[in-house]
Amino acid sequence: MSNTAANLVALNTLVRREIVRIMRIWTQTLIPPAITMTLYFVIFGKLIGSRIGNIEGGFTYMQYIVPGLVMMSIITNSYGNISSSFFGAKFSRAVEEMLVSPMPNWVILLGYVIGAVARGLVVGILVLLIALFFTDLHVMHPLITFASVLLGATIFSLAGFVNAVYAKKFDDIALVPTFILTPLTYLGGVFYSVNMLGEPWQAISRANPILYMVNAFRFGVLGISDVHVGVAFVVMLGFVAGLSIVALQLLKRGVGLRS
Amino acid sequence: MSPTPALVVDNLRKTYSNGVEALKGISLTVQPGDFFALLGPNGAGKSTLIGILSSLVNSSGGDAQVFGVSVNKDRSAAMRLIGLVPQEINFNQFEKPFDICVNEAGFYGIPRKIAAERAEKYLKELRLWDKAQMQARTLSGGMKRRLMIARAMMNEPKLLILDEPTAGVDIEIRRSMWQFVSGINAAGTTVILTTHYLEEAESLCRNIAIIDHGTIIENTTMKRLLATLDVETFVLDVVAMPDELPTLPGVTLRRRDDHTLEAEMARSHDLNSLFAALSSHGIMVTSMRNKTNRLEELFVRLVEGGRNGKTGIHEEQAA
Repeated sequence: MSNTAANLVALNTLVRREIVRIMRIWTQTLIPPAITMTLYFVIFGKLIGSRIGNIEGGFTYMQYIVPGLVMMSIITNSYGNISSSFFGAKFSRAVEEMLVSPMPNWVILLGYVIGAVARGLVVGILVLLIALFFTDLHVMHPLITFASVLLGATIFSLAGFVNAVYAKKFDDIALVPTFILTPLTYLGGVFYSVNMLGEPWQAISRANPILYMVNAFRFGVLGISDVHVGVAFVVMLGFVAGLSIVALQLLKRGVGLRS
Repeated sequence: MSPTPALVVDNLRKTYSNGVEALKGISLTVQPGDFFALLGPNGAGKSTLIGILSSLVNSSGGDAQVFGVSVNKDRSAAMRLIGLVPQEINFNQFEKPFDICVNEAGFYGIPRKIAAERAEKYLKELRLWDKAQMQARTLSGGMKRRLMIARAMMNEPKLLILDEPTAGVDIEIRRSMWQFVSGINAAGTTVILTTHYLEEAESLCRNIAIIDHGTIIENTTMKRLLATLDVETFVLDVVAMPDELPTLPGVTLRRRDDHTLEAEMARSHDLNSLFAALSSHGIMVTSMRNKTNRLEELFVRLVEGGRNGKTGIHEEQAA
Protein backbone atom coordinates (compact mmCIF):
# COMPACT_ATOMS: atom_id res chain seq x y z
CA MET A 1 0.00 0.00 0.00
CA SER A 2 1.38 3.42 -0.97
CA ASN A 3 2.05 6.06 1.64
CA THR A 4 -0.70 8.26 0.22
CA ALA A 5 -3.29 5.50 0.47
CA ALA A 6 -2.13 4.64 4.01
CA ASN A 7 -2.33 8.30 5.02
CA LEU A 8 -5.86 8.56 3.62
CA VAL A 9 -6.92 5.51 5.64
CA ALA A 10 -5.34 7.06 8.75
CA LEU A 11 -7.05 10.40 8.09
CA ASN A 12 -10.39 8.71 7.56
CA THR A 13 -9.91 6.75 10.81
CA LEU A 14 -9.13 9.85 12.80
CA VAL A 15 -12.03 11.87 11.37
CA ARG A 16 -14.41 8.98 11.93
CA ARG A 17 -13.25 8.63 15.53
CA GLU A 18 -13.79 12.34 16.13
CA ILE A 19 -17.29 12.24 14.63
CA VAL A 20 -18.16 9.19 16.73
CA ARG A 21 -16.95 11.08 19.80
CA ILE A 22 -19.10 14.11 18.96
CA MET A 23 -22.16 11.92 18.46
CA ARG A 24 -21.44 9.80 21.57
CA ILE A 25 -21.57 12.87 23.80
CA TRP A 26 -24.12 14.84 21.76
CA THR A 27 -25.75 16.20 24.91
CA GLN A 28 -22.48 17.99 25.63
CA THR A 29 -21.44 18.85 22.09
CA LEU A 30 -24.61 19.72 20.17
CA ILE A 31 -27.43 20.60 22.55
CA PRO A 32 -25.88 23.29 24.81
CA PRO A 33 -24.99 25.68 21.96
CA ALA A 34 -28.48 25.25 20.51
CA ILE A 35 -30.05 26.18 23.87
CA THR A 36 -27.70 29.14 24.42
CA MET A 37 -28.37 30.54 20.97
CA THR A 38 -32.12 30.11 21.35
CA LEU A 39 -31.89 32.28 24.46
CA TYR A 40 -29.90 34.89 22.53
CA PHE A 41 -32.54 34.92 19.80
CA VAL A 42 -35.39 35.25 22.29
CA ILE A 43 -33.81 37.89 24.53
CA PHE A 44 -31.63 39.98 22.22
CA GLY A 45 -33.38 39.34 18.93
CA LYS A 46 -37.04 39.20 19.89
CA LEU A 47 -37.53 41.09 23.16
CA ILE A 48 -34.84 43.78 22.96
CA GLY A 49 -34.43 43.70 19.18
CA SER A 50 -38.07 44.57 18.55
CA ARG A 51 -37.51 47.89 20.38
CA ILE A 52 -34.30 48.66 18.47
CA GLY A 53 -35.97 48.59 15.07
CA ASN A 54 -34.09 48.36 11.80
CA ILE A 55 -30.33 48.39 11.74
CA GLU A 56 -27.94 48.68 8.77
CA GLY A 57 -29.28 47.90 5.30
CA GLY A 58 -32.90 47.90 6.40
CA PHE A 59 -32.55 44.62 8.27
CA THR A 60 -34.26 44.04 11.60
CA TYR A 61 -31.96 43.63 14.61
CA MET A 62 -32.86 39.95 14.72
CA GLN A 63 -31.83 39.49 11.08
CA TYR A 64 -28.65 41.45 11.76
CA ILE A 65 -27.45 39.38 14.71
CA VAL A 66 -28.31 35.94 13.28
CA PRO A 67 -25.15 35.65 11.10
CA GLY A 68 -23.00 36.85 14.00
CA LEU A 69 -24.54 34.38 16.43
CA VAL A 70 -24.24 31.52 13.95
CA MET A 71 -20.57 32.35 13.38
CA MET A 72 -20.05 32.72 17.13
CA SER A 73 -21.42 29.25 17.79
CA ILE A 74 -19.35 27.78 14.94
CA ILE A 75 -16.05 29.16 16.15
CA THR A 76 -16.59 28.48 19.85
CA ASN A 77 -17.64 24.89 19.14
CA SER A 78 -14.80 24.23 16.71
CA TYR A 79 -12.38 25.59 19.27
CA GLY A 80 -13.95 23.73 22.17
CA ASN A 81 -14.08 20.44 20.28
CA ILE A 82 -10.45 20.27 19.29
CA SER A 83 -9.05 21.64 22.53
CA SER A 84 -11.01 19.23 24.72
CA SER A 85 -10.59 16.23 22.42
CA PHE A 86 -6.85 16.62 21.85
CA PHE A 87 -6.11 17.60 25.43
CA GLY A 88 -8.25 14.67 26.61
CA ALA A 89 -6.12 12.37 24.44
CA LYS A 90 -2.99 13.91 25.95
CA PHE A 91 -4.35 13.59 29.47
CA SER A 92 -5.34 9.92 29.06
CA ARG A 93 -2.12 9.28 27.09
CA ALA A 94 -4.27 7.95 24.23
CA VAL A 95 -2.41 10.47 22.07
CA GLU A 96 0.48 7.98 22.19
CA GLU A 97 -1.57 5.68 19.92
CA MET A 98 -1.10 8.27 17.21
CA LEU A 99 2.42 9.34 18.10
CA VAL A 100 3.84 5.80 17.86
CA SER A 101 2.03 5.14 14.59
CA PRO A 102 3.51 5.95 11.18
CA MET A 103 0.93 8.72 10.71
CA PRO A 104 2.64 11.94 9.64
CA ASN A 105 1.99 15.06 11.70
CA TRP A 106 -0.11 16.72 9.01
CA VAL A 107 -2.56 13.80 9.08
CA ILE A 108 -2.95 14.11 12.85
CA LEU A 109 -3.55 17.85 12.58
CA LEU A 110 -5.89 17.59 9.60
CA GLY A 111 -7.90 14.78 11.20
CA TYR A 112 -8.53 16.77 14.36
CA VAL A 113 -9.27 19.96 12.40
CA ILE A 114 -11.81 18.21 10.16
CA GLY A 115 -13.50 16.75 13.24
CA ALA A 116 -13.68 20.16 14.90
CA VAL A 117 -14.90 21.89 11.74
CA ALA A 118 -17.55 19.20 11.38
CA ARG A 119 -18.86 19.93 14.87
CA GLY A 120 -18.78 23.66 14.13
CA LEU A 121 -20.78 23.10 10.93
CA VAL A 122 -23.37 20.84 12.58
CA VAL A 123 -23.85 23.34 15.41
CA GLY A 124 -23.99 26.19 12.88
CA ILE A 125 -26.73 24.43 10.92
CA LEU A 126 -28.67 23.71 14.12
CA VAL A 127 -28.46 27.36 15.19
CA LEU A 128 -29.45 28.52 11.72
CA LEU A 129 -32.50 26.24 11.77
CA ILE A 130 -33.48 27.62 15.18
CA ALA A 131 -33.03 31.17 13.84
CA LEU A 132 -35.56 30.41 11.10
CA PHE A 133 -38.21 30.08 13.82
CA PHE A 134 -37.63 33.72 14.71
CA THR A 135 -36.95 35.44 11.39
CA ASP A 136 -36.80 35.07 7.60
CA LEU A 137 -33.37 34.69 6.07
CA HIS A 138 -32.29 34.47 2.44
CA VAL A 139 -28.67 33.66 1.75
CA MET A 140 -27.38 36.28 -0.68
CA HIS A 141 -24.01 34.70 -1.56
CA PRO A 142 -23.98 30.96 -0.79
CA LEU A 143 -20.33 30.42 -1.76
CA ILE A 144 -19.07 33.31 0.36
CA THR A 145 -21.26 32.10 3.21
CA PHE A 146 -19.86 28.58 3.03
CA ALA A 147 -16.26 29.71 2.55
CA SER A 148 -16.41 32.07 5.52
CA VAL A 149 -17.90 29.34 7.73
CA LEU A 150 -15.21 26.92 6.65
CA LEU A 151 -12.37 29.37 7.19
CA GLY A 152 -13.72 30.65 10.50
CA ALA A 153 -14.12 27.13 11.85
CA THR A 154 -10.68 26.12 10.56
CA ILE A 155 -8.97 29.11 12.17
CA PHE A 156 -10.43 28.36 15.57
CA SER A 157 -9.84 24.65 15.25
CA LEU A 158 -6.17 25.36 14.64
CA ALA A 159 -6.08 27.84 17.53
CA GLY A 160 -7.75 25.26 19.79
CA PHE A 161 -5.21 22.67 18.74
CA VAL A 162 -2.31 24.98 19.65
CA ASN A 163 -4.00 25.67 22.99
CA ALA A 164 -4.36 21.91 23.66
CA VAL A 165 -0.73 21.23 22.77
CA TYR A 166 0.48 23.76 25.34
CA ALA A 167 -2.14 22.91 27.97
CA LYS A 168 -0.89 20.99 30.99
CA LYS A 169 -4.21 20.77 32.84
CA PHE A 170 -7.90 21.11 32.01
CA ASP A 171 -7.91 24.66 33.41
CA ASP A 172 -5.49 25.67 30.66
CA ILE A 173 -7.98 24.85 27.91
CA ALA A 174 -10.67 26.94 29.63
CA LEU A 175 -8.43 30.00 30.06
CA VAL A 176 -8.20 31.01 26.41
CA PRO A 177 -11.96 30.77 25.68
CA THR A 178 -12.75 32.71 28.86
CA PHE A 179 -10.19 35.48 28.68
CA ILE A 180 -9.53 35.81 24.94
CA LEU A 181 -12.12 34.10 22.77
CA THR A 182 -15.29 35.34 24.49
CA PRO A 183 -14.23 39.02 24.72
CA LEU A 184 -13.03 39.00 21.10
CA THR A 185 -16.31 37.41 19.98
CA TYR A 186 -18.50 39.92 21.80
CA LEU A 187 -16.36 42.79 20.53
CA GLY A 188 -16.19 41.35 17.01
CA GLY A 189 -19.38 42.89 15.67
CA VAL A 190 -21.75 40.07 16.50
CA PHE A 191 -24.32 42.37 18.14
CA TYR A 192 -23.46 45.70 16.53
CA SER A 193 -21.82 47.31 13.54
CA VAL A 194 -18.33 48.63 14.25
CA ASN A 195 -19.33 51.70 12.21
CA MET A 196 -21.36 52.69 15.28
CA LEU A 197 -18.13 53.05 17.26
CA GLY A 198 -16.04 56.18 17.42
CA GLU A 199 -12.27 56.29 17.06
CA PRO A 200 -10.05 54.76 18.40
CA TRP A 201 -12.46 51.88 19.12
CA GLN A 202 -13.29 51.38 15.47
CA ALA A 203 -9.58 51.06 14.59
CA ILE A 204 -8.97 48.77 17.56
CA SER A 205 -11.92 46.59 16.52
CA ARG A 206 -10.32 46.11 13.09
CA ALA A 207 -7.42 44.31 14.78
CA ASN A 208 -9.88 41.66 15.97
CA PRO A 209 -9.82 38.63 13.63
CA ILE A 210 -13.35 37.63 14.60
CA LEU A 211 -14.66 40.89 13.11
CA TYR A 212 -13.56 39.67 9.66
CA MET A 213 -15.17 36.26 10.08
CA VAL A 214 -18.47 37.63 11.33
CA ASN A 215 -18.61 40.25 8.59
CA ALA A 216 -17.62 37.88 5.80
CA PHE A 217 -20.41 35.55 6.91
CA ARG A 218 -22.86 38.44 7.33
CA PHE A 219 -22.01 39.59 3.82
CA GLY A 220 -22.65 36.09 2.54
CA VAL A 221 -26.07 35.93 4.21
CA LEU A 222 -27.32 39.55 4.18
CA GLY A 223 -25.04 41.25 1.66
CA ILE A 224 -23.75 43.84 4.17
CA SER A 225 -20.39 44.07 5.89
CA ASP A 226 -18.34 46.50 7.99
CA VAL A 227 -15.17 45.45 6.21
CA HIS A 228 -14.27 44.75 2.60
CA VAL A 229 -15.00 41.06 1.97
CA GLY A 230 -11.77 40.60 0.02
CA VAL A 231 -9.79 41.92 2.98
CA ALA A 232 -11.74 39.62 5.29
CA PHE A 233 -10.79 36.56 3.23
CA VAL A 234 -7.13 37.60 3.00
CA VAL A 235 -7.06 38.01 6.80
CA MET A 236 -8.73 34.62 7.33
CA LEU A 237 -6.45 32.81 4.87
CA GLY A 238 -3.47 34.44 6.57
CA PHE A 239 -4.60 33.12 9.93
CA VAL A 240 -5.16 29.63 8.53
CA ALA A 241 -1.67 29.57 7.02
CA GLY A 242 0.03 31.05 10.10
CA LEU A 243 -1.71 28.81 12.62
CA SER A 244 -1.15 25.70 10.46
CA ILE A 245 2.58 26.40 10.40
CA VAL A 246 2.64 26.95 14.17
CA ALA A 247 0.65 23.75 14.87
CA LEU A 248 2.81 21.62 12.56
CA GLN A 249 5.99 23.00 14.10
CA LEU A 250 4.69 22.15 17.57
CA LEU A 251 3.96 18.60 16.44
CA LYS A 252 7.34 18.29 14.75
CA ARG A 253 9.18 19.47 17.87
CA GLY A 254 6.89 17.34 20.00
CA VAL A 255 6.10 20.23 22.34
CA GLY A 256 4.04 18.86 25.22
CA LEU A 257 3.86 15.48 23.49
CA ARG A 258 7.29 13.91 23.18
CA SER A 259 9.95 14.13 25.90
CA MET B 1 24.97 -13.29 4.42
CA SER B 2 23.72 -12.64 7.95
CA PRO B 3 20.14 -11.41 8.26
CA THR B 4 19.42 -7.74 9.02
CA PRO B 5 19.23 -7.36 12.81
CA ALA B 6 15.78 -6.68 14.20
CA LEU B 7 17.22 -3.82 16.20
CA VAL B 8 20.52 -2.01 16.24
CA VAL B 9 20.96 0.63 18.91
CA ASP B 10 24.02 2.71 18.18
CA ASN B 11 25.51 5.03 20.82
CA LEU B 12 22.06 6.24 21.85
CA ARG B 13 22.04 9.14 24.27
CA LYS B 14 19.31 11.02 26.05
CA THR B 15 19.62 13.99 28.36
CA TYR B 16 16.30 15.41 29.57
CA SER B 17 15.71 19.17 29.83
CA ASN B 18 16.18 18.96 33.62
CA GLY B 19 19.73 17.73 33.02
CA VAL B 20 19.10 14.07 33.86
CA GLU B 21 21.27 11.87 31.64
CA ALA B 22 18.99 8.87 31.12
CA LEU B 23 21.04 7.12 28.43
CA LYS B 24 24.82 7.52 28.24
CA GLY B 25 25.55 6.25 24.75
CA ILE B 26 24.23 2.71 24.78
CA SER B 27 24.65 0.21 21.96
CA LEU B 28 23.08 -3.19 21.51
CA THR B 29 21.86 -5.52 18.81
CA VAL B 30 18.79 -7.77 18.79
CA GLN B 31 18.69 -10.50 16.18
CA PRO B 32 15.51 -11.29 14.22
CA GLY B 33 13.29 -13.87 15.89
CA ASP B 34 14.89 -13.31 19.29
CA PHE B 35 13.04 -13.10 22.59
CA PHE B 36 15.17 -10.45 24.24
CA ALA B 37 15.04 -9.32 27.87
CA LEU B 38 15.86 -5.72 28.69
CA LEU B 39 16.20 -5.56 32.43
CA GLY B 40 17.22 -2.93 34.91
CA PRO B 41 16.12 -1.30 38.14
CA ASN B 42 13.60 1.54 38.18
CA GLY B 43 15.00 4.67 36.57
CA ALA B 44 17.76 2.74 34.80
CA GLY B 45 16.79 4.04 31.35
CA LYS B 46 14.71 1.14 29.99
CA SER B 47 11.57 3.18 29.35
CA THR B 48 13.62 6.01 27.85
CA LEU B 49 15.18 3.54 25.43
CA ILE B 50 11.75 2.12 24.52
CA GLY B 51 10.42 5.68 24.24
CA ILE B 52 13.12 6.54 21.70
CA LEU B 53 12.54 3.33 19.73
CA SER B 54 8.82 4.08 19.53
CA SER B 55 9.46 7.80 18.81
CA LEU B 56 7.77 9.01 22.00
CA VAL B 57 11.07 10.37 23.25
CA ASN B 58 13.48 12.45 21.17
CA SER B 59 17.04 11.19 21.44
CA SER B 60 19.94 13.54 22.20
CA GLY B 61 22.33 11.60 20.00
CA GLY B 62 22.98 8.31 18.27
CA ASP B 63 20.48 6.29 16.29
CA ALA B 64 18.41 3.13 16.33
CA GLN B 65 17.60 0.98 13.34
CA VAL B 66 14.62 -1.35 13.18
CA PHE B 67 15.26 -4.03 10.56
CA GLY B 68 17.71 -1.62 8.94
CA VAL B 69 15.33 1.38 8.99
CA SER B 70 16.57 4.39 10.95
CA VAL B 71 14.12 5.73 13.54
CA ASN B 72 15.70 9.19 13.11
CA LYS B 73 15.76 9.28 9.31
CA ASP B 74 12.58 7.41 8.37
CA ARG B 75 10.35 7.43 11.44
CA SER B 76 7.18 6.39 9.60
CA ALA B 77 8.77 3.34 7.94
CA ALA B 78 10.40 2.30 11.22
CA MET B 79 7.12 2.65 13.14
CA ARG B 80 5.33 0.35 10.67
CA LEU B 81 7.63 -2.44 11.87
CA ILE B 82 7.06 -1.91 15.60
CA GLY B 83 4.25 -2.85 17.95
CA LEU B 84 4.39 -1.28 21.40
CA VAL B 85 2.76 -2.46 24.61
CA PRO B 86 3.49 0.40 27.00
CA GLN B 87 3.82 0.30 30.75
CA GLU B 88 0.86 2.62 31.41
CA ILE B 89 -2.68 2.18 30.13
CA ASN B 90 -2.85 4.56 27.18
CA PHE B 91 -6.13 4.10 25.36
CA ASN B 92 -9.34 6.08 25.55
CA GLN B 93 -11.24 4.25 28.26
CA PHE B 94 -14.58 5.43 26.89
CA GLU B 95 -14.02 3.63 23.62
CA LYS B 96 -14.81 -0.03 22.98
CA PRO B 97 -11.97 -2.59 22.68
CA PHE B 98 -13.05 -3.41 19.13
CA ASP B 99 -12.94 0.26 18.11
CA ILE B 100 -9.61 0.80 19.88
CA CYS B 101 -8.07 -2.02 17.85
CA VAL B 102 -9.67 -1.06 14.55
CA ASN B 103 -8.69 2.59 14.97
CA GLU B 104 -5.13 1.63 15.83
CA ALA B 105 -4.93 -0.38 12.62
CA GLY B 106 -6.33 2.61 10.75
CA PHE B 107 -3.51 4.79 12.07
CA TYR B 108 -1.14 2.32 10.39
CA GLY B 109 -3.03 2.67 7.11
CA ILE B 110 -4.72 -0.72 7.32
CA PRO B 111 -8.13 -0.67 5.59
CA ARG B 112 -11.14 -1.02 7.88
CA LYS B 113 -12.24 -4.43 6.59
CA ILE B 114 -8.86 -6.03 7.25
CA ALA B 115 -8.63 -4.14 10.56
CA ALA B 116 -11.98 -5.55 11.69
CA GLU B 117 -10.87 -9.11 10.84
CA ARG B 118 -7.61 -8.66 12.75
CA ALA B 119 -9.38 -7.11 15.72
CA GLU B 120 -11.65 -10.13 15.94
CA LYS B 121 -8.70 -12.52 15.59
CA TYR B 122 -6.52 -10.93 18.28
CA LEU B 123 -9.34 -10.11 20.69
CA LYS B 124 -10.40 -13.76 20.45
CA GLU B 125 -6.85 -15.02 20.93
CA LEU B 126 -6.48 -12.83 24.00
CA ARG B 127 -9.88 -13.89 25.32
CA LEU B 128 -11.45 -10.45 25.05
CA TRP B 129 -13.95 -11.02 22.27
CA ASP B 130 -16.91 -11.15 24.65
CA LYS B 131 -15.87 -7.70 25.92
CA ALA B 132 -15.27 -6.23 22.46
CA GLN B 133 -18.34 -3.98 22.51
CA MET B 134 -18.11 -2.84 26.13
CA GLN B 135 -16.54 0.43 27.22
CA ALA B 136 -12.85 -0.22 27.90
CA ARG B 137 -13.05 1.40 31.33
CA THR B 138 -15.23 -1.50 32.52
CA LEU B 139 -12.45 -4.03 31.85
CA SER B 140 -10.32 -5.41 34.67
CA GLY B 141 -6.62 -4.51 34.94
CA GLY B 142 -5.55 -7.78 33.33
CA MET B 143 -8.02 -7.34 30.49
CA LYS B 144 -6.75 -3.82 29.83
CA ARG B 145 -3.21 -5.15 29.56
CA ARG B 146 -4.34 -7.88 27.16
CA LEU B 147 -6.19 -5.27 25.15
CA MET B 148 -2.94 -3.34 24.77
CA ILE B 149 -1.28 -6.48 23.44
CA ALA B 150 -4.13 -7.02 20.97
CA ARG B 151 -3.85 -3.39 19.90
CA ALA B 152 -0.08 -3.70 19.42
CA MET B 153 -0.66 -6.71 17.14
CA MET B 154 -2.99 -4.84 14.79
CA ASN B 155 -0.19 -3.85 12.40
CA GLU B 156 1.29 -7.37 12.74
CA PRO B 157 4.68 -5.95 13.74
CA LYS B 158 8.03 -7.56 13.04
CA LEU B 159 9.28 -6.23 16.37
CA LEU B 160 7.02 -6.33 19.41
CA ILE B 161 8.16 -4.31 22.42
CA LEU B 162 6.56 -5.14 25.76
CA ASP B 163 7.28 -2.69 28.56
CA GLU B 164 6.36 -4.42 31.82
CA PRO B 165 3.17 -5.88 30.34
CA THR B 166 2.35 -8.08 33.31
CA ALA B 167 2.69 -5.51 36.09
CA GLY B 168 -0.13 -6.10 38.56
CA VAL B 169 -1.58 -9.03 36.62
CA ASP B 170 -2.50 -12.28 38.37
CA ILE B 171 -0.59 -15.48 37.65
CA GLU B 172 -3.22 -17.14 35.48
CA ILE B 173 -3.61 -14.17 33.16
CA ARG B 174 0.15 -13.63 33.14
CA ARG B 175 0.65 -17.19 31.97
CA SER B 176 -1.96 -16.89 29.25
CA MET B 177 -0.31 -13.66 28.10
CA TRP B 178 3.08 -15.36 27.88
CA GLN B 179 1.57 -18.26 26.04
CA PHE B 180 0.25 -15.82 23.45
CA VAL B 181 3.51 -13.85 23.19
CA SER B 182 5.56 -17.06 22.97
CA GLY B 183 3.33 -18.17 20.09
CA ILE B 184 3.86 -14.84 18.34
CA ASN B 185 7.62 -15.20 18.84
CA ALA B 186 7.57 -18.78 17.56
CA ALA B 187 5.80 -17.52 14.45
CA GLY B 188 8.74 -15.20 13.77
CA THR B 189 8.04 -11.92 15.57
CA THR B 190 11.03 -10.55 17.45
CA VAL B 191 10.08 -9.71 21.03
CA ILE B 192 11.78 -7.31 23.43
CA LEU B 193 10.57 -7.56 26.99
CA THR B 194 11.13 -5.48 30.07
CA THR B 195 9.80 -6.88 33.30
CA HIS B 196 10.37 -6.88 37.03
CA TYR B 197 9.29 -10.52 37.21
CA LEU B 198 12.69 -11.97 36.53
CA GLU B 199 11.48 -15.55 36.45
CA GLU B 200 9.51 -14.52 33.34
CA ALA B 201 12.63 -13.24 31.65
CA GLU B 202 14.55 -16.33 32.72
CA SER B 203 12.03 -18.77 31.30
CA LEU B 204 11.09 -16.85 28.14
CA CYS B 205 14.12 -14.94 26.87
CA ARG B 206 17.13 -16.22 24.99
CA ASN B 207 19.24 -13.08 25.21
CA ILE B 208 19.46 -10.38 27.81
CA ALA B 209 20.77 -6.88 28.37
CA ILE B 210 20.88 -5.29 31.80
CA ILE B 211 20.83 -1.54 31.91
CA ASP B 212 21.63 0.61 34.91
CA HIS B 213 22.22 4.35 35.21
CA GLY B 214 21.90 4.72 31.45
CA THR B 215 24.60 2.20 30.52
CA ILE B 216 24.49 -1.45 29.52
CA ILE B 217 26.18 -3.39 32.30
CA GLU B 218 25.52 -6.82 30.82
CA ASN B 219 24.62 -8.05 27.34
CA THR B 220 24.81 -11.78 26.74
CA THR B 221 22.79 -14.95 26.32
CA MET B 222 20.54 -16.03 29.14
CA LYS B 223 22.37 -19.38 29.24
CA ARG B 224 25.80 -17.81 29.63
CA LEU B 225 24.60 -15.35 32.21
CA LEU B 226 22.99 -18.04 34.35
CA ALA B 227 26.13 -20.15 34.04
CA THR B 228 28.11 -17.40 35.76
CA LEU B 229 26.06 -17.92 38.88
CA ASP B 230 28.25 -20.17 41.03
CA VAL B 231 26.32 -19.94 44.28
CA GLU B 232 22.84 -21.20 45.04
CA THR B 233 20.65 -20.68 48.10
CA PHE B 234 18.16 -23.30 49.28
CA VAL B 235 15.39 -22.89 51.78
CA LEU B 236 15.07 -25.98 53.98
CA ASP B 237 12.07 -26.83 56.13
CA VAL B 238 13.33 -28.74 59.17
CA VAL B 239 11.63 -30.65 61.99
CA ALA B 240 13.56 -28.99 64.79
CA MET B 241 16.33 -26.43 64.93
CA PRO B 242 19.31 -26.72 67.33
CA ASP B 243 20.13 -23.67 69.47
CA GLU B 244 23.38 -23.19 67.63
CA LEU B 245 23.79 -23.87 63.94
CA PRO B 246 26.64 -26.20 62.98
CA THR B 247 29.54 -24.95 60.84
CA LEU B 248 29.71 -26.96 57.63
CA PRO B 249 32.56 -26.73 55.11
CA GLY B 250 31.48 -24.94 51.88
CA VAL B 251 28.00 -24.14 53.20
CA THR B 252 26.71 -21.02 54.94
CA LEU B 253 23.72 -21.73 57.13
CA ARG B 254 21.29 -19.04 58.26
CA ARG B 255 18.29 -19.42 60.54
CA ARG B 256 15.04 -17.95 59.18
CA ASP B 257 12.76 -19.11 61.94
CA ASP B 258 12.44 -22.12 64.25
CA HIS B 259 11.58 -24.47 61.37
CA THR B 260 13.26 -22.86 58.37
CA LEU B 261 16.89 -22.73 57.41
CA GLU B 262 18.75 -21.19 54.49
CA ALA B 263 21.78 -22.93 53.03
CA GLU B 264 24.04 -20.99 50.62
CA MET B 265 26.53 -23.18 48.81
CA ALA B 266 28.59 -23.50 45.66
CA ARG B 267 26.72 -25.05 42.73
CA SER B 268 29.39 -27.74 42.59
CA HIS B 269 28.65 -28.76 46.17
CA ASP B 270 26.59 -31.97 46.25
CA LEU B 271 23.34 -32.01 48.14
CA ASN B 272 23.81 -35.51 49.55
CA SER B 273 26.77 -34.38 51.68
CA LEU B 274 24.71 -31.39 52.89
CA PHE B 275 21.84 -33.66 53.99
CA ALA B 276 24.29 -36.09 55.61
CA ALA B 277 26.01 -33.27 57.52
CA LEU B 278 22.72 -31.80 58.69
CA SER B 279 21.49 -35.24 59.70
CA SER B 280 24.64 -35.88 61.73
CA HIS B 281 23.84 -32.70 63.71
CA GLY B 282 20.29 -33.88 64.33
CA ILE B 283 18.66 -31.59 61.78
CA MET B 284 16.00 -33.45 59.79
CA VAL B 285 14.98 -31.83 56.49
CA THR B 286 11.34 -32.32 55.44
CA SER B 287 11.34 -30.28 52.25
CA MET B 288 13.44 -27.82 50.29
CA ARG B 289 13.19 -25.19 47.52
CA ASN B 290 15.29 -22.51 45.77
CA LYS B 291 15.29 -19.25 47.69
CA THR B 292 14.91 -17.08 44.56
CA ASN B 293 15.18 -17.65 40.88
CA ARG B 294 18.73 -17.61 39.64
CA LEU B 295 18.35 -14.58 37.42
CA GLU B 296 17.17 -12.50 40.33
CA GLU B 297 20.35 -13.27 42.26
CA LEU B 298 22.49 -12.39 39.26
CA PHE B 299 20.53 -9.24 38.59
CA VAL B 300 21.01 -7.95 42.11
CA ARG B 301 24.67 -8.87 42.02
CA LEU B 302 25.27 -7.17 38.66
CA VAL B 303 23.41 -3.99 39.52
CA GLU B 304 25.10 -3.73 42.91
CA GLY B 305 28.46 -4.59 41.29
CA GLY B 306 27.92 -1.87 38.69
CA ARG B 307 27.24 0.66 41.40
CA ASN B 308 30.45 -0.36 43.14
CA GLY B 309 32.42 0.30 39.95
CA LYS B 310 32.48 -3.26 38.56
CA THR B 311 31.01 -3.64 35.09
CA GLY B 312 29.43 -6.54 33.25
CA ILE B 313 30.93 -9.88 32.41
CA HIS B 314 30.35 -10.31 28.70
CA GLU B 315 29.60 -8.26 25.63
CA GLU B 316 28.44 -11.13 23.49
CA GLN B 317 25.19 -12.49 22.36
CA ALA B 318 23.68 -15.45 20.59
CA ALA B 319 21.59 -15.32 17.47
